[in-house]
Amino acid sequence: MNIPLIETKNLTKYFDTPRGKLHAVDSVNLAIGKGTTLGVVGESGCGKSTLGRVILRLLDATGGEVLYEGKNILNYSDREMMNMRKSMQIIFQDPYASLNPRMTVSEIIAEPLKVCKVADSEKKMDEKVSLLMDTVGLDERFVNTYPHELDGGRRQRIGIARALALDPQFIVCDEPVSALDVSIQAQILNLMMYLQDKRQLTYMFITHNLSVVKHISDEIAVMYLGQCVERAPSEELFRNPLHPYTSALLDAIPVPTLKSGSRRRQIIKGEVKSPINPKPGCRFAARCPKCKSVCNEEDVELKEIERGHFVACNLI
Amino acid sequence: MPDKLLEINDLNVVYETDDALVYAVNGLDLTINKGETLGLVGETGAGKTTTALSIMGLLPDKTGFIKGGQIKFEDIDITKATENDMKLIRGESVSMIFQDPMTSLNPILTIGDQISEVLELHKKSLNKEQISKRVDEILQLVGIPPDRKGEYPHQFSGGMKQRVVIAIALACEPKLLLADEPTTALDVTIQAQVLEMMKDLKEKLNTAVLLITHDLGVVSEICDRVAVMYAGEIIEIGTTEDIFGGSYRHPYTDGLFGSIPDLTRSTRRLNPIEGLMPDSTNLPEGCKFHTRCCKCKEICKTVNPQFKINGTHFIRCH
Repeated sequence: MNIPLIETKNLTKYFDTPRGKLHAVDSVNLAIGKGTTLGVVGESGCGKSTLGRVILRLLDATGGEVLYEGKNILNYSDREMMNMRKSMQIIFQDPYASLNPRMTVSEIIAEPLKVCKVADSEKKMDEKVSLLMDTVGLDERFVNTYPHELDGGRRQRIGIARALALDPQFIVCDEPVSALDVSIQAQILNLMMYLQDKRQLTYMFITHNLSVVKHISDEIAVMYLGQCVERAPSEELFRNPLHPYTSALLDAIPVPTLKSGSRRRQIIKGEVKSPINPKPGCRFAARCPKCKSVCNEEDVELKEIERGHFVACNLI
Repeated sequence: MPDKLLEINDLNVVYETDDALVYAVNGLDLTINKGETLGLVGETGAGKTTTALSIMGLLPDKTGFIKGGQIKFEDIDITKATENDMKLIRGESVSMIFQDPMTSLNPILTIGDQISEVLELHKKSLNKEQISKRVDEILQLVGIPPDRKGEYPHQFSGGMKQRVVIAIALACEPKLLLADEPTTALDVTIQAQVLEMMKDLKEKLNTAVLLITHDLGVVSEICDRVAVMYAGEIIEIGTTEDIFGGSYRHPYTDGLFGSIPDLTRSTRRLNPIEGLMPDSTNLPEGCKFHTRCCKCKEICKTVNPQFKINGTHFIRCH
């Protein structure tokens, strides 16, 4: 394993609500190696997107550290951060809402270049924009079109071009394909993997789609109510899921094969609890088929069971 | 021979916009038998939802028109039915589950009121007590404790709201249920719960279901037969075994399968279909898929293929 590009230590984010503290991200420890992809999966509301945004400092953390090549970026001043942002970018979930409808494609892609004052002349800027459009497979003729004239797949390509504009090393991909049709989804995934190979990019890939995450990730972190409950290399996680939540989650995926109709699955009952002032003990205890009394009393730590395979469960 | 519940013959639907005519559904033939679950699969814009709206008689007033063909539900031709006739069919014999449970419930009525509204409209013979009893029953059926019927939609989670929507659709025990992407907006664990519930309900009530989705995994879980739709046409239809296990498939269906990352094998690259759906204001001649098809021949560009039949398996390809 090479030195991690991004590392979080006890990273925590609480939101204040009228009813108490909402534990969106609770002491999460992660490490992402350079040029690799960490997939982050979990149900809606488990804090996946918040985690991504706290790492990029788009939201202020309540506690903990975010280390970029060993330096804690949470202490950086605004000016230092501005410089830092060139190497950390984000691709948003909704290609319909994350592009300014009043800007043309070229203006959108050029905006990061302008903000960070990278290109020194108009001509250089235009060259850079057309190079980027070429990289993500957007035709030259779309330069002066507006986002509403394009379909979802092309819009997501604009989002990717914008994220690549500053030659970042690290990109948070927040559900980049979930708003797209399967055939378009596959095109975008292929593009992202191609770019990773070519530019040595590091991805943090947030999604709730487990088959996508297996396809693209080297390592997967499973989140439940703000906590990371299991982390393992992608093959290992699918072959040998240890946490009861992970196995339930894997079991719930509908598989497009013949046999699945007759298969009777283990379905977890109930729904995600409220993350406001959670009780001590394992967060998953209320829905867990293997729950014992100890699970409701003691907090659980993430432990390394096998090399590279971390689980937070009292029973293992 | 199973009993036909719904029969669609050569249905054509167009949307008239200021600029152009949008050919949403083109010569669609489809039958649904009693008690059967038929999956309707295809990409965005293939005309899946338009088909469902035509069956419900809910096409938008000023822009959507049925330009030909019939939709026969039992003995009634829905394309010729008056609005009053439709009011009797809709909700009672045919009902629909919409895609987004967050927006298809009325936020200012309690869920109990929303379920009893259907019963008040269609079952005039029931008195207040009987209605309230039926509401309790139906909530129990979809797994919501009946004592929560005085609560408002915002007090429920996404999965619970979708159960409420299903409860409303099932209140009158319809013969046909149109489910338009009922689980797309839900998480996998909740999706598994809802699918399991729909399977159980189908067995209990013997309702026929038209399940519209783009998720082939969901289809293999609960459907008896599958129809694949592309650019307003059915291009392939067959039993679930035909489509998922068959030796020969339409190139488009193959492409859909190739786009799904396989959980059991690890491949570095996916094999998606190149290009995009044709613009439905300006459809190509011949086979509508030929512009994206990797096996395209000369004949595909000019002649629209007829169905090739192999038992229960129909493929529209040369």
